[in-house]
Amino acid sequence: MKYPNPITRNLLIGFTIAIAFGIALPHFVSDFVTYQFTLAMAWAIAMLGLNVLTGYNGQFSIGHSAFFAAGAYSAAICIEQYGWGPYEAILAAAFVSFIFGFLFGLPALRLEGLYLALATFGLAVATPQLLKFDAFEHWTGGVQGIFVPKPEPIISSISPDQSLYYVTLFIILFLMAVTWCLLHSRSGRAMMAIRDNPIAAKTMGINTALVKTTTFGISAMYAGVGGALFTYASEFVSPDAFNFFVAVYILVGSVVGGIVSIPGAIFGGLFIVFMPNFAQDIRLAYEWLPPPWAIFGVFLILIIYFVPFGIWGSIERLIIWTKQKVSG
Amino acid sequence: MRISTFATCVATVLLLTVSANAQTVGVTDTSIKIGNTNPYSGPASVYSVIGKTIVAYFKAVNTDGGINGRTIDLISLDDGYSPPRTVEQVRKLVEQEKVAFLFQTLGTPTNSAIHRYVNAKKVPHLFVATGASKWGQPKKYPWTMGYQPTYDVEGEIYASYALENIDNPKIAILFQNDDYGKDYRDGFLRGLGDKADDLIVKMLSYEVTDPTVDAQILELAASGANVFFNISIPKFAAQAIKKSCEIGWKPLHLLNNVSSSVGATLVPAGLGCSKDLITSQFMKDPTDPQWADSPGFKEWSAWMGKNMPNSDRGDVNYVYGYNVSKLLHIMLNGCEDLSRPGIMACAANLTDIQLPMLIPGIMVNTSDTDFYPIQGGQLSKFDGEKWVLFGDVIDAGQ
Repeated sequence: MKYPNPITRNLLIGFTIAIAFGIALPHFVSDFVTYQFTLAMAWAIAMLGLNVLTGYNGQFSIGHSAFFAAGAYSAAICIEQYGWGPYEAILAAAFVSFIFGFLFGLPALRLEGLYLALATFGLAVATPQLLKFDAFEHWTGGVQGIFVPKPEPIISSISPDQSLYYVTLFIILFLMAVTWCLLHSRSGRAMMAIRDNPIAAKTMGINTALVKTTTFGISAMYAGVGGALFTYASEFVSPDAFNFFVAVYILVGSVVGGIVSIPGAIFGGLFIVFMPNFAQDIRLAYEWLPPPWAIFGVFLILIIYFVPFGIWGSIERLIIWTKQKVSG
Repeated sequence: MRISTFATCVATVLLLTVSANAQTVGVTDTSIKIGNTNPYSGPASVYSVIGKTIVAYFKAVNTDGGINGRTIDLISLDDGYSPPRTVEQVRKLVEQEKVAFLFQTLGTPTNSAIHRYVNAKKVPHLFVATGASKWGQPKKYPWTMGYQPTYDVEGEIYASYALENIDNPKIAILFQNDDYGKDYRDGFLRGLGDKADDLIVKMLSYEVTDPTVDAQILELAASGANVFFNISIPKFAAQAIKKSCEIGWKPLHLLNNVSSSVGATLVPAGLGCSKDLITSQFMKDPTDPQWADSPGFKEWSAWMGKNMPNSDRGDVNYVYGYNVSKLLHIMLNGCEDLSRPGIMACAANLTDIQLPMLIPGIMVNTSDTDFYPIQGGQLSKFDGEKWVLFGDVIDAGQ
């Protein structure tokens, strides 16, 4: 049986436009805004991981802050204690968080839906406490955290912020492409089969346990890479940076962007970075409004209500709808 | 001709340089832009009272005509007590809002996250709202300055008091297991000196997430200690006072200043049980009746009535915010050079400044080498009704 080639012309055009936009952006905005976009992409990488896990494999996680932290701390410790370069340290972050996620995936196999969500929640709650734990203080710096110098520019003509932006852009595009290939492969179909009907998937000969734990590992790895890049942008890690809210932000960003999509993660990242600031700005401008997080909450409810498939899901539907209109 | 061209050229260059100097980031002839971060949301949002007080203070200053003809444009942003968010908000203040300097950014982990950034950018980072000891290092971090007495210095004061007043001291310590608790503990141990290991009979910690410290108190009491250093925040301090009272353990009870509020700690613990507690104070407790007639208290009280009516005046954070705003007001009032190095120089040149709600005798002093503005404390004993100051003001700076 022959499948239609999934690499369509529109896909390539869209990808090219996105790359061109991404490359051009830092030339038009300040270093500070460039840094905000870097943060957004770091979040987006973690959200991409959650999209793979939840959107395509049907496993819930409200504990991705733990993997985010694992990546952030692995990178920081490799740089600070062992003198690694920042880019090698990202590989270490990816490796550590993959192992962490894979191992956590093993016991999590027995848990479904809400129960899995609660188990991951436990992980999220425990993380900041573990990072403060005296026995680990030698590596983690305890409550004081660790300073991580911003990586030197890859070429001397650009600023450190711009350089980190391009590195992050490259990594997110690379991971999006990898995710796309993965989802269009045999393994990707297995992941989705497990999501849609686990019993049927098992009957078809899919090694459910292996696929699920590996997916958990991959998802955690993405979160870890995101965490490492987030740390480079912030130049500092400390336990209070990885509280339960971080896990919620990742989930919120995923859902707002479109959890069953790849590009949705970018919109999720942008939402998490820019929406709280936007809410704060309008609050500062109009003092009679409720506090910023209440404004944020209202926006969130409006988005979930009016854009139920997430931002990217809605864009996709709009494209399909336009095509149908045009073709009559 | 040639000479005059040359002279004109030099004069132009000089003029440009001078006017460039005069034009400091964030300072105009009519305004000064100041940045602040505060936890308006998140786990530490009790402290948002400080942020609100500071904002209200400078709003009132502007209504009265500003400082030396300049209005104060204070931008206070929420960081939710999350260090990476503090980095983002501070970069926004410095790079986008272009503030002249930062004032009273709150929290130890949050200020730690921006410590290097502000010093690399050479932005004055004044009067940070934390009692950690690392904010006064003018050599290593010449742009960051602390404000309140540090926890470790306070710990030292208690240690010397215990050594002087108790024969054959046997010491028990309870501390909160984080940087705040450890700072106090380490200062106390330093104060005890070489004998520390022999004098301490029991040392226990608790987590801020624990429901109670009753078990720890039972264990500490069982150690037979006659000195108890209680390093805990108000909720746990009240439990500890109440529990030791119930079981009849009567050591010399040293209570950290963090929990010295009559309203927040001693009333819940029971005023009878709180009798003979010892603490070290630097601010006037607004619930303490002995200050009611002092001019400083009246000034604060009148200001509160006018600018923050309907707020809970028992909350010491209103006092804290008022004092520190007043300090900045006084500093800016006497500051002529409002360039960033100039502002830093003014901050490092404060002599014997009295603030309305500091305990009489405690004064703000800074210098090129002293970046700890308030270092004084006075011991006081609770008489069952109010704190009674005794002894001299102890200035750890000298």
